[in-house]
Amino acid sequence: MSAGAATPAYPRRWSRPPLIPDARLRWAIVLGAILYLIVGTGTVDVNWARVSEGLVRGGRFLAGFLAPDFTSRWSDISTGMIESLTMTVTATVAGIALSVPFGLGAARNIAPAWLYVVCRAVIAFARTFQEIIIAIFFVAMFGFGPFAGFLTLSLSTIGFLGKLLADDIEEADPAQLEAVRATGASWWQVVAYAVSPQVMPRLVGLSLYRFDINFRESAVVGIVGAGGIGATLNTALDRYEYDSAAAILLLIIGIVMVCEYSSGFIRRRVQ
Amino acid sequence: MPVTQQSDGRLAWRHLTPGESLARFAGWFALIALTVFCWRVMTADTIWAFVASAPAQAADIFGRMMPPRWDYAGRLWRPLWDTINIATMGTLLAIVLATPVAFLAARNTTPSAVLVRPVALFIIVASRSINALIWGLLLVAILGPGVFAGIIAIALRSIGFIGKLLYEAIEEIDERQVEAIRATGASPAQVMIYGIVPQIMPAFASINVFRWDINIRESTVLGLVGAGGLGLALESSLNVLAWPQVTLILLMIFATVIVSELIAAKIRKAII
Repeated sequence: MSAGAATPAYPRRWSRPPLIPDARLRWAIVLGAILYLIVGTGTVDVNWARVSEGLVRGGRFLAGFLAPDFTSRWSDISTGMIESLTMTVTATVAGIALSVPFGLGAARNIAPAWLYVVCRAVIAFARTFQEIIIAIFFVAMFGFGPFAGFLTLSLSTIGFLGKLLADDIEEADPAQLEAVRATGASWWQVVAYAVSPQVMPRLVGLSLYRFDINFRESAVVGIVGAGGIGATLNTALDRYEYDSAAAILLLIIGIVMVCEYSSGFIRRRVQ
Repeated sequence: MPVTQQSDGRLAWRHLTPGESLARFAGWFALIALTVFCWRVMTADTIWAFVASAPAQAADIFGRMMPPRWDYAGRLWRPLWDTINIATMGTLLAIVLATPVAFLAARNTTPSAVLVRPVALFIIVASRSINALIWGLLLVAILGPGVFAGIIAIALRSIGFIGKLLYEAIEEIDERQVEAIRATGASPAQVMIYGIVPQIMPAFASINVFRWDINIRESTVLGLVGAGGLGLALESSLNVLAWPQVTLILLMIFATVIVSELIAAKIRKAII
């Protein structure tokens, strides 16, 4: 046994380890993706004539963005915006107010089993469908207008905040709960002095984030008649008034940006 | 420490100082006043008779929706395929478009923090502010109805999402690894491939899978504005008040969303 032969040849070249270590799996995924793309693009029929015609309109739309027209439809735009904003405020407040009891009920560590099941079921129901589908039903039930939008946004706020709050409470430090309970505190006192200080900063942050989402969604529910700026935007596009549509979109973007910056500011102060 | 003096002269602990209590009270008061004011403005035109009749309306609709029209399912496979295509291709297109934007927006990889970064950040904010349905509305008006408009709408909405999460991941990388690669004399492209990309790869993959899952959800309703898929079938069934078909489509959407969530969870588990 010679010493030279026993030493394995030291690799002279190095290559990066791939993300998926198994080579067969990696190639199967690549082949599958290519196959899917071939089949998939084959079934998407694009009317190129219509698209090239549309590019001219797209150009007009971009021109509208550079010179948005706020004035000629201002009364429609301001009505829609007021509806959207009031809907957002009321729905966020109502949604938070309702999601706190549901969140408390859906936390396994502080709620009895039957309440846990009921609250989790309500939250799961509220999260299942997109806002716009819920809005279609609420418009059919409650009539056209921002009231249906308010209900839609409140329901989806419950689904969103209720779940995150419940998960947060379940992850709360049990030692603090135990300590407050050991003083002889009632259930309400445990919630007030052990649970709420632990989850409050995140709840504030999530509520502000949800305000943001609700405003964006309020622009959508108008498409199916639930009030808000979406209806105005829909009308503007139906009339091919791209400059007014651009003005509405710029307003939405501006308000979302303002919300994001102010909520970031508040969150930094709270946390 | 905030304390309060009781009637017998003893001091007791309290949660807040009087000033803090007052500030909180003022905050709550302002919030409630604002909410009540918004409520008054919002419901000024509400017709309460319609609201009062809602339970009857609901009972009526759900009565019409049952039972689902099962034999309609045969006509839904094509819209379902379109929905999956819109979500998947939209996500792929968004990945291609969002990755460079993310590198331009990240503080440590942007070529110019003064000129390029604000533009990239604006692209991300603009894309995120506008819902996929609104993008759909725009693109159907521009490109005409169909799956193609849906794909572009999903892609445009996803650029902001993927771009934001990806540039945050890029900003959080370990600079020492990049420095080490640079110290070997690597070119900027090599620094990118060997120093930055391996660090963000897991985040990149899980962001994309996460967005794909959301896109499946959103593409099920994009058809409501004419952009193809299951939503288109929903819209046409709603227009003719074919409630049993609506029930079936909603069940189909529900099943699709559940399956996509399971797939996404499985892939994420495999990556992390």
